[in-house]
Amino acid sequence: MSTTIETPPASQPRFAAGGALLRARELGIGLVIVIVFVVATLKNHAFANSHSVQQLLTGAALVALLGVGETLVIVTRNVDLSVGSVVGLSAYMVGTTFKHHPGFPVLLGFGLGIAIGALIGAINGLVVTALRVPSLVVTLAALYIIRGIDGVIVNGVTIDPGSVPKTFQEVGFQTILGVPWLAIIVAVVVAVVGYAMRSFRAARELYAIGSNPEAAALAGIPTERRVFTAFLVSGSLAGLAGALFLALHAQVDVTAGTGYEFLVVAAVVVGGVAIFGGSGTVLGAALGALLLNTINQALVSSKVSAFWNDAIAGALLLAAIAFDRWLSQRVARSLQSAEGAHRDV
Amino acid sequence: MNEGELIRPLLVLDGATKSFGAVKALVNGSVILYPGEAHALLGENGAGKSTLVKILAGVHQPDGGELRVDGDRVVFSGPAASRGAGVSIIYQEPTLFPDLTVAENIFMGRQPLGRGRAIDRRAMNAAAAKVFARLGVLLDPDRQARGLSVADQQIVEIAKALSLDAKVLVMDEPTAALTNVEVARLFEVMRTLRDQGAAVLFISHRLEEVFKSCQRVTVMRDGAFVRTAPIEDLTIDDIIRSMVGRDLESLFPKTATAPGDVVLEVDNLTREKVFYDISFSVCRGEIVALAGLVGAGRSEVARAIFGIDRRTSGSVRINGDLLSNGSPQAAMAAGLALVPEDRRQQGLVMELGIDQNVALASMRRLSRFGIIRRSRERTLATTWGKRLQLKFARLSNPVSTLSGGNQQKVVLGKWLARGPSLLIIDEPTRGIDVGTKAEVHRILDGLVAEGMAILMISSELPEVLGMADRVLVLHEGRMTAQLSRAEADEDSIMRAAAGLGSEEAA
Repeated sequence: MSTTIETPPASQPRFAAGGALLRARELGIGLVIVIVFVVATLKNHAFANSHSVQQLLTGAALVALLGVGETLVIVTRNVDLSVGSVVGLSAYMVGTTFKHHPGFPVLLGFGLGIAIGALIGAINGLVVTALRVPSLVVTLAALYIIRGIDGVIVNGVTIDPGSVPKTFQEVGFQTILGVPWLAIIVAVVVAVVGYAMRSFRAARELYAIGSNPEAAALAGIPTERRVFTAFLVSGSLAGLAGALFLALHAQVDVTAGTGYEFLVVAAVVVGGVAIFGGSGTVLGAALGALLLNTINQALVSSKVSAFWNDAIAGALLLAAIAFDRWLSQRVARSLQSAEGAHRDV
Repeated sequence: MNEGELIRPLLVLDGATKSFGAVKALVNGSVILYPGEAHALLGENGAGKSTLVKILAGVHQPDGGELRVDGDRVVFSGPAASRGAGVSIIYQEPTLFPDLTVAENIFMGRQPLGRGRAIDRRAMNAAAAKVFARLGVLLDPDRQARGLSVADQQIVEIAKALSLDAKVLVMDEPTAALTNVEVARLFEVMRTLRDQGAAVLFISHRLEEVFKSCQRVTVMRDGAFVRTAPIEDLTIDDIIRSMVGRDLESLFPKTATAPGDVVLEVDNLTREKVFYDISFSVCRGEIVALAGLVGAGRSEVARAIFGIDRRTSGSVRINGDLLSNGSPQAAMAAGLALVPEDRRQQGLVMELGIDQNVALASMRRLSRFGIIRRSRERTLATTWGKRLQLKFARLSNPVSTLSGGNQQKVVLGKWLARGPSLLIIDEPTRGIDVGTKAEVHRILDGLVAEGMAILMISSELPEVLGMADRVLVLHEGRMTAQLSRAEADEDSIMRAAAGLGSEEAA
């Protein structure tokens, strides 16, 4: 059963030494997911039934999708905290469009969500790059501004399942060969973006910017354009996540997406993306989201108090960061000692 | 050798000017590079070489003057434009991406592409390996850049420049961190590039390297072009005279003093992997200079004495008393003061006022019941401002509004206000204009006349020769020479700094 959890991208070109390490990191997360899964199943056999596994995947899908965009941003040594609010706004706007225009095409519903997200992402990116305001401040402000606007628009009128087209909702719960649609969509995004992040020049430049911003500028990298693009992608994916949120829940009020931003950052960091930029993969971020959700569900299924959930998520975050530091120091040391050997040619 | 009239120059920079705020970094930046030549750019620190390099790199846009490449007037809007025009730069400080592989560092932005415009990593690694083979080094293209030694980082930079097949290669002190074998290889590469018709602009403080590898020399001073001449028309003395260009006496007012009691005694000081077995003493009324190349461990010795870094072994005595390890508080209480190299980051709080900065090290003395009294702060700052001839508009203005020289005076004032018995000063005049330089030197001279002991770290040889009573030279963490004022000259210091014994002939 657990084999359905991982969604490795289609083709994997041989990766560099640093990359091998990261992949080991992703393997490690995959392993932890399996362990948590097995332990939870031993305690409660219902945890392994297909419905429960579908829930695992569906529950992690939105955070994983947001994690893909967040990875792009964090890799450039920035952060996007507005994604939760974007999810809420996008979900409500798409829902209210369906409500007032009953014939509105289902596919365009997703398009609308993406467009709303893209617009906000573009504004974030513009303020960060053109005005040189730290992204933490910009997107924190955006978080509150969008949430406020959302509240004004919603004005107490929530979206209910009756006004969301059936075919749209099916994206939220239908499965193919037992795999939820939602998980497939996210897997495709992870595969496509993951491949791009490894293989395209512009994407490699995102890593370069986060790794050493001054050197990136000296190397002639258009840093501002690249950072802008990262925010644009993050916003767009958050917009898509909003539409998917509507498809999944068919019910949207003013609280939709609240607190997602921290879940997403946590998932990304647990997934091995360095919080100060320069390294990490979208696959790792997606697996991080899956791990957090698996632990969450395992605790629920083992009837552990819900309060422990947050505490464990936090502890996991600390562990991930501590592990990162320990690892990077070890790597640095081993690289330094390896170096003496080859220098005397 | 004088093909200047016949061959069209590759690159001409004519009368470039550049100011940063009130500071004129470049008054007249001019250099002409012909195909196939290695051209040395020489000058003291602060002569404007780095600014000129950054203009060629497209990092700075000149305020005035003209840049021509292949006869066409060009304006570099950014580093990409400069690279596009065939100019490649090796900076003094390596500019690598630690998280990426060595090969990616070399080919960033121009990685070989395979199907579907995806990066062909195998081709990229092979290309990197080829460049390394050309340089004669074994570096794994597939390893992360993190953890490379400074020398290896420099090699990656050189490989990057080589792989660009640049028409003009600018090297800003590329040899500072390299071993002799690597330097020899670098010169071979320079020759190959020249044979292919490229021009190399070479910046180095090691004059013997310049004589070995360059055909023409351009000297700069105080941000301006001084002269360009074929190397065979020049002697080392000519070059130094052009570089310094003024009476050493007036810039370095040095009064002869008789050293008094020993203030600082350092015995077998060692910090594992950084420096080893450093022993020396500094007496009242003398300036002892720590010379050596960048990275030789001079600042690190100072940090260990002051207690910022812990020493592995050895002892430090102040006025005969042992100083405890790893405690700047103890060092300050014992009468030590440290004016750091990087005054913007380590010496000052840039946003605070002049008065608050001067008071920073004397807080306890200025406060009552833990509350600082502003009036005392101001009095202290006024006193020292006057003594050090500080130029400022208002005492409460943030120090970021001051020129570099006046900032340095604020740092000095901060420490002198404590009345230290030993002043450690790291690069006392880096980034300071010539006029204020002389003032700082006069202040130091006045302090030793009053009986203070000074340990001065300096990369500027004229400053070391002009100000020091004794010169200690470090090479790769070990002391290679202790020279008296009479013994110290450019040759003896550079020899010791390069780790050469005095018996080897040039």
